[in-house]
Amino acid sequence: MGNTTQNDLELDPELMGAAKPVHSDPSIEIKNLHLSFGSVEVLKDLNLEIDKGEFLVLLGSSGCGKSTLLNCIAGLLDVTDGQIFIGGRNVTWEEPSDRGIGMVFQSYALYPQMSVEGNLSFGLKNARIPKAEIATRVARAAKTLQIEPLLKRKPAALSGGQRQRVAIGRALVRDVDVFLFDEPLSNLDAKLRADLRVEIKQLHQTLENTMIYVTHDQIEAMTLADRIAIMKGGKILQLASPNEIYSRPANKYVAEFIGSPTMNFFQGELSDGAFSCAAGRFSTEGYEFANASAGGSAWFGIRPEHIQCGDEAASQPNQLESRVQLVEPLGSDTLARVGVGENQIWVRLDGQAGLKPGDPLTIGFSATLANIFDSTTEERL
Amino acid sequence: MTDLSTTLTGPRGPKPRKRLSPANIMLYSTLFVAAVYYLLPLYVMVVTSLKGMPEIRLGNVFALPVEITFEPWVKAWSEACTGINCEGLSRGFWNSVRIMVPSVIISIVIASVNGYALANWKFKGSEVFFTILIFGAFIPYQVMIYPIVILLRETGDLIAAATGTNFRLMGTLGGLVIVHSIFGMPILTLLFRNYFASVPEELFKAARVDGAGFWSIYFKVMLPMSLPIFVVAIILQVTGIWNDFLFGVIYTKPEIYPMTVQLNNIVNSVQGVKEYNVNMAATLLTGLVPLVIYFVSGKLFVRGIAAGAVKG
Repeated sequence: MGNTTQNDLELDPELMGAAKPVHSDPSIEIKNLHLSFGSVEVLKDLNLEIDKGEFLVLLGSSGCGKSTLLNCIAGLLDVTDGQIFIGGRNVTWEEPSDRGIGMVFQSYALYPQMSVEGNLSFGLKNARIPKAEIATRVARAAKTLQIEPLLKRKPAALSGGQRQRVAIGRALVRDVDVFLFDEPLSNLDAKLRADLRVEIKQLHQTLENTMIYVTHDQIEAMTLADRIAIMKGGKILQLASPNEIYSRPANKYVAEFIGSPTMNFFQGELSDGAFSCAAGRFSTEGYEFANASAGGSAWFGIRPEHIQCGDEAASQPNQLESRVQLVEPLGSDTLARVGVGENQIWVRLDGQAGLKPGDPLTIGFSATLANIFDSTTEERL
Repeated sequence: MTDLSTTLTGPRGPKPRKRLSPANIMLYSTLFVAAVYYLLPLYVMVVTSLKGMPEIRLGNVFALPVEITFEPWVKAWSEACTGINCEGLSRGFWNSVRIMVPSVIISIVIASVNGYALANWKFKGSEVFFTILIFGAFIPYQVMIYPIVILLRETGDLIAAATGTNFRLMGTLGGLVIVHSIFGMPILTLLFRNYFASVPEELFKAARVDGAGFWSIYFKVMLPMSLPIFVVAIILQVTGIWNDFLFGVIYTKPEIYPMTVQLNNIVNSVQGVKEYNVNMAATLLTGLVPLVIYFVSGKLFVRGIAAGAVKG
């Protein structure tokens, strides 16, 4: 957990485009959280601090405990040990409805027999809020989300995007400081997902409340988050800004998880400022080692978009001769898989690259943008 | 866009289907035989119930009635004798209604709450509780007949002693209602639990975030979307309880015998002439209630399923 605090300094507000976290006033604090189902430990001694107005994304592959963590924060699961604070209040034993949270689910979870209006007002009625107040809040939420014409309809008569809007509205009317999203866009098609993603970001900028967003989609994580927490096996591997996670992954798992196509790796030996492997000897000049005396068996990772080809490769400190094996034209870019000896490497080229399988290709890269990980611990060197 | 029909040759459009293929002939003839097999006895019953005794004595079982008479139906309903009582089946009908209605309501209300709690509010030992309940569905009724006799008698006596009244459970409608409700519990709880377990868990979570409690979620979220399973439960219970003979004959007494027991007493009485037409009419009358339930709620059932299929 040593990497949870040092990264905040490098947050670039220009890149984030969203409200800057205020560090003095944590909205949510999770202290030494444990959760086990029987003998299976799902969350292990998890600590997390989320600032007021921050957009935090919990990212990880399925089964990493991200949804479980969200359910714990919501109070839908009893924790085995540890504490949860929301807005400075210890809510570890509180009911979900008393925690000051709103939640949006992947399957929308709208009450099928109630109209949209009924769905929005159900929580408020349970809280015995006066009718006039309910009407104002529902109207305001409907206006924000542009679902006013749908208020009288049943969920069955709505499209996927409209349903998810209503689900967000249900969290909105509760007038809470914390929003929890559990993979809210996973059931939508690609176009709608992109649209709603923008809307959620817009909503966050308008409301400026704390949002925790669970997803397995790295694009959503990168575009929405102020900070991303990458989880694996019930632990947070790295908690940092999207930019930091992309350019300085804390370990090999994070490096592989973020980026598509995934980072290229060479296994070899690190000694005397150079990395030698089957493909050749790479200079590590320009690489910022976390530990000056690093050496020994290591992984050398370089992203496909950081590999130069053809003439530009000549100006790079490290060069390799390769042969094109496979070409994937994407329009804006071209992805190519090239063979370097035993290794297969993905490179990202210009959309008009016009490569054919079998073509020879010179690739070049600099260690400045590379990532080097220890072979055994898989931690960044 | 010139005339395509002249340029396209070979198979085109939907594949033609043969109506009289060997497979279809086999299928329909099997269905026909099966239908006749089940309908013939019903036909004989209806026809016989509309004949007078002289016509029946001629022995033409399959012949249509020469002279249609509703006399046997009237007699079966209001005049047929069981022992010294000659009120016909009508008394048994109302007894059955008085047994069935509370049994169906009580068993379904309790089982639906049971199923909801077992599916959504897992408590320590809930799985064990459920397993025991389901195990109950596999124990033959006959094993429990005598223990229940004792239970009903003793419980009734206890309540009577406590309240100082003449209260009894054995041999009363109340006792039989309790027995029916309890015996419906395993299968109904299983039914409701599985249905509520199929409702997306997130819906339940959303309701909890919205501040709804145990009963609020049950009544406002779960109940409105479970019409189909309630119809299934009602069909099961109404037919099961209406058709019950064993419990009716054991746990009640002659004045409150259900319709099935009374039918048996009418049909199986050994004195005098066997009035086949009256027996047929009585049997049809007794079978009418489950039949009507199937026809009426069958439609509702389909509608309920269709409504459930498009849930948000």
